[in-house]
Amino acid sequence: MKNKLIAFIVSLGIFAANAQAETTNDSMASLMRSNGKIYVVVAVVLTILFGLIAYLIQLDRKISKLEKEA
Amino acid sequence: MRLTWWKITAIVLLAYAVIGGLLLPVPELTQLGETIRNLYYHVCMWFAMMILFTVSIIQSIKYLRTGSIEHDIKAVSYAGVGTYLGLLGYATGAIWASFTWADPNNPAFASFGSIMREPKLIGAAIALLIYGAYFILRSSITDMDQRARVSAVYNIFAYAMLFPSIWIIPRLLPSLHPGQEGNPALNFNDIDARMRMVFYPAVIGWTLLGAWIATLKIRHKILMEKKWFTNEK
Repeated sequence: MKNKLIAFIVSLGIFAANAQAETTNDSMASLMRSNGKIYVVVAVVLTILFGLIAYLIQLDRKISKLEKEA
Repeated sequence: MRLTWWKITAIVLLAYAVIGGLLLPVPELTQLGETIRNLYYHVCMWFAMMILFTVSIIQSIKYLRTGSIEHDIKAVSYAGVGTYLGLLGYATGAIWASFTWADPNNPAFASFGSIMREPKLIGAAIALLIYGAYFILRSSITDMDQRARVSAVYNIFAYAMLFPSIWIIPRLLPSLHPGQEGNPALNFNDIDARMRMVFYPAVIGWTLLGAWIATLKIRHKILMEKKWFTNEK
């Protein structure tokens, strides 16, 4: 539960930073030589990555609990 | 929960591989464009697969030397995660190739038929099928010790077949895939220094993630074995 919360907060933070970057900094778009908004992609991929890692941590904890019982 | 230092390293390196991989500058190449960033993901799948297969064969040899079933469980778990990463590498390669090699709008690019004859693709498919046979072989033997011994010997054969099928034969034949004349992504002359800064940490990160999943599988299987034995008694 705690890990889920951490992952959620991290992804929220990324989204917040992303929203700010979009309004104040236009140089990011030229950095990517494309139509910009790459930070949206970074936020999405990071959310998926951290979501998967949170799932792995949860599984790890469950197995640890079973190991203690056995 | 055993959140040891290497699991934290895996999380940090993967976060860096995503952020750095998508945002840091890369060399501009006409045909590849921004898809060069796939080096941090697609190529890492194959590197992680190779490393996990190497761990698997070491565990198989250890099994044959000691006869401890724990090594057999480790060998099959690492081989399983390695095969899975190989399949992911294959799928991502198919996506990448369809936008760089087989662009129907560009007649200079190769046709679909010639891509299907790519020696690297066929070699990788052979290697993955050989490892697929490893799992079929395992599941076809019911006796635990026999299964462990036969599959450990087969695993050594599968690893030995990996080298001609993914390293040697593709180098002997003409190919669109990079790396025919050397070690793709390892050669210091053909990988940009900026990309190396992300690529090597990414390889370590993906490998550690694969190892993490494998250790979960191992611990689960060992628990199941224990449960089975206590139920027998």
